Amino acid sequence: MPWTREQLAERAARELRDGFYVNLGIGIPTLVANYIPAGMKVLLQSENGMLGMGPFPYEGDEDPDLINAGKQTITELPLSSYFSSADSFGMIRGGHIDLSVLGGMEVSERGDLANWMVPGKVVKGMGGAMDLVAGVPRVIVLMEHVARDGSPKFKASCELPLTGAGVVDMLITDLAVFSRPDRHAAFELVELAPGVSEADVRARSTAQFGSANG
Amino acid sequence: MATAPHAGNGKVFPSARAALAGIARDGITVMSGGFGLCGIPEHLIAALRDLGVNGLTVISNNAGIDELGLGQLLKTRQIRKMISSYVGENKEFERQYLAGELEIEFNPQGTLAERIRAGGAGIYGFYTRTGAGTQVANGKETRLVDGEPWVLETGLRADLAIIKAWKGDREGNLVYRKTARNFNPVMATAARVTVAEVEQLVEIGELDPDQIHTPGIFVQRIVQGLDYKKPIEQRTVRKRSAHALDA
Repeated sequence: MPWTREQLAERAARELRDGFYVNLGIGIPTLVANYIPAGMKVLLQSENGMLGMGPFPYEGDEDPDLINAGKQTITELPLSSYFSSADSFGMIRGGHIDLSVLGGMEVSERGDLANWMVPGKVVKGMGGAMDLVAGVPRVIVLMEHVARDGSPKFKASCELPLTGAGVVDMLITDLAVFSRPDRHAAFELVELAPGVSEADVRARSTAQFGSANG
Repeated sequence: MATAPHAGNGKVFPSARAALAGIARDGITVMSGGFGLCGIPEHLIAALRDLGVNGLTVISNNAGIDELGLGQLLKTRQIRKMISSYVGENKEFERQYLAGELEIEFNPQGTLAERIRAGGAGIYGFYTRTGAGTQVANGKETRLVDGEPWVLETGLRADLAIIKAWKGDREGNLVYRKTARNFNPVMATAARVTVAEVEQLVEIGELDPDQIHTPGIFVQRIVQGLDYKKPIEQRTVRKRSAHALDA
């Protein structure tokens, strides 16, 4: 049985470590915040200029001057700090953020990521995604294993315009988890969703990958 | 004399429209602060709209939404070109872009911020990993350092920056509030003329010099805005009973 969106987020949260500074992308990656283990200190960075993001405000407490990168109202914590966009991306591009979790449209077997535009469709822009994948030392992508039409999204090479080349360290899909020790290595299949076989995963991928058990 | 070094109003202008007089002209390049609708110079945008200047190149992370923020200048077709990182929430933008009426240059958000910072700091350009191996690097010099590609990006400057701060004094020293800071301080440094609108205009000496985010040297004109709308794009809340972050 494939993992749900919440289970993807929960699986990604297992990659968090105490003391990490983390940037979570919009969509499923945002849900990772719900699964930070109790007692673990993780500071969430929001690229519009905040470190130490708190939860959504209580009704009536919304502050238009306090939003996250998804433009959602949020709150601050006692340890929070605010800074400019230039300082924020200095953190990101300077390698100070430990982990970036993003959504994906396509991931290649070399770790290329495409998640910002589809030719022929209206282009909305890349926002901070290209900076995150270029600057953050560890990048995890969460996505459905196949597109709505059933075509593979974990591919031999990306067909969509890239967000970054060779930047993905771990891929978590609704079917499986793939990991690699460094950005020159091949991906290995390290985990399967319950009831999903390696053969199922290979049949739904055009990417080549190793098998941790084989 | 501890206060009021000159008798006139100096940098202080009575209205947003007056603050733009003599600067806002057809065809100029304008930096406009804010992230989404947070920390946008809403009165100065409205004044640009009312002044009717056309053919603007606007450098701003986003393009507002229909009817709000820069969406107002798109609706009136005053913008010829946008330099932005993300413009997702604007139908009129989409229509003009698809009709070929509006030019758009997408920059990665960090590249955009750093290009503005560089422009303001007198730096011609910088090499960054961001965009290497993507179409963002097309046509740009790429340098290999230890086998890794770095892309040359150049500094950005503008004729006019319109920015929004929380508090400002008559000298142009500014303090921002929470995430409404975003692109405002860096844009303040990168224009020939920077006009700041503030929620609270205070006397010199009322701001703690240690807490000032933008020193007054970067601000040529300042105006107090009244009746801020401060629209919220995505109102997300939790119930009083909830204990976790509800998504």
